[in-house]
Amino acid sequence: MLALHDLACARGGVPILEGVSLSVRAGEALILRGPNGCGKTTLLRTIAGLQPALSGAIEVDPEAIAYGAHADGLKATLTVTENLAFWAGAYGEPNKVDAALQTFALDPLRHRPAQSLSAGQKRRLGLARLLVTGRALWVLDEPTVSLDAFNVQLFASVLQTHLQGGGAALIATHIDLGIEAQSFDLSEYRAKPMVGQGDLL
Amino acid sequence: MIRLVLRDITLAVRAGGGFGLGLAFFLVLAVLIPLGVGPRPEMLRAIAPGVLWVGALLACLLSLDRIFQTDFEDGSLDLLATAPIPMEGVVLSKAVAHWLTTGLPLTLAAPALGVMLNLAPGGYVWLTASLALGTPALSMIGAFAAGLTVSLKRGGLLLSLLVLPLYVPTLIYGAEAARRGAEGLPLGTPLALLAGITLGAWACLPFATAAVLRVNLR
Repeated sequence: MLALHDLACARGGVPILEGVSLSVRAGEALILRGPNGCGKTTLLRTIAGLQPALSGAIEVDPEAIAYGAHADGLKATLTVTENLAFWAGAYGEPNKVDAALQTFALDPLRHRPAQSLSAGQKRRLGLARLLVTGRALWVLDEPTVSLDAFNVQLFASVLQTHLQGGGAALIATHIDLGIEAQSFDLSEYRAKPMVGQGDLL
Repeated sequence: MIRLVLRDITLAVRAGGGFGLGLAFFLVLAVLIPLGVGPRPEMLRAIAPGVLWVGALLACLLSLDRIFQTDFEDGSLDLLATAPIPMEGVVLSKAVAHWLTTGLPLTLAAPALGVMLNLAPGGYVWLTASLALGTPALSMIGAFAAGLTVSLKRGGLLLSLLVLPLYVPTLIYGAEAARRGAEGLPLGTPLALLAGITLGAWACLPFATAAVLRVNLR
């Protein structure tokens, strides 16, 4: 579903990753690991098509990707349902809103404006957006931030269902989701300093 | 795209959305100018079309930075860029929503404010017509400048400086059309040029704005 061949990417014009080759098949999840600043977000943004790769190739159907960033993209003055319904409409899946709200236990909050939600509730609403996209490949950047243990389990089970339904996921996270997945350590692919840079130091 | 327009209008009308800001500014300006100029109806009559046009332009300027800034800050712009809407469509929807929440109310309010400025009786129709033709260009040019400055924190100053020279042609032809209308002179040429600017802006700038937004999201 997704394959990277010898990919190099840059953040702010500085190359930070090179030689990344990986693949994710339908029904699989791949967990990206690595210390802060090693390029997890940059790699995910490159795959999502928000920035061009320096070199290498990305083999993926852009129409299959649902990208979940650090920020949930919620509008403070819209209610929970309105926020989700907008994205469902944008992805042409307006009838998936109710099911997504129920899955993430947001039903009792549906008429609350997003600004009155707690951080964990906002995150759950951000994750519910993935369900209304109807997309097969989830590209997620630290999806469990500000979730409590119970809701991490809830997310893991939603992810499991998604994978069993033929979906796939590429997830950058620091915690153990408790699902069967391969992990991929990005710290081994740090870009070498450019020629001549060492002489200056 | 229609959903994005509706969402932006909803956001603008809800608390803190800044819907009334431009309109209130326009009203304050039209109330203060006669007080500042003094009791000279002939003078007011002469400057009314120009003052109303400048007022509408400045009122439009007030809400420009909201077009993309809030979406950029809360991460929606990243998600919109990866959603199945072309970036050009996002730009177009946002410019339409901006015009519907600022340009259109300003155009509709202008005749009422013309009364306060002693606008010549024949001028009302042409003032409204010139604003209706010209304010869409203000929204689209403004969206372009807002896209250029979206990744800058507190980019409002730069945005104003960027957009003012781009607004000059619209202002000149718009105010000229309104003035000629008020004085009963032929006004085909400025109206045609005004329409040309608007059409040109709406034809070209969505692509340019989408390109600068993609660069800013990197």
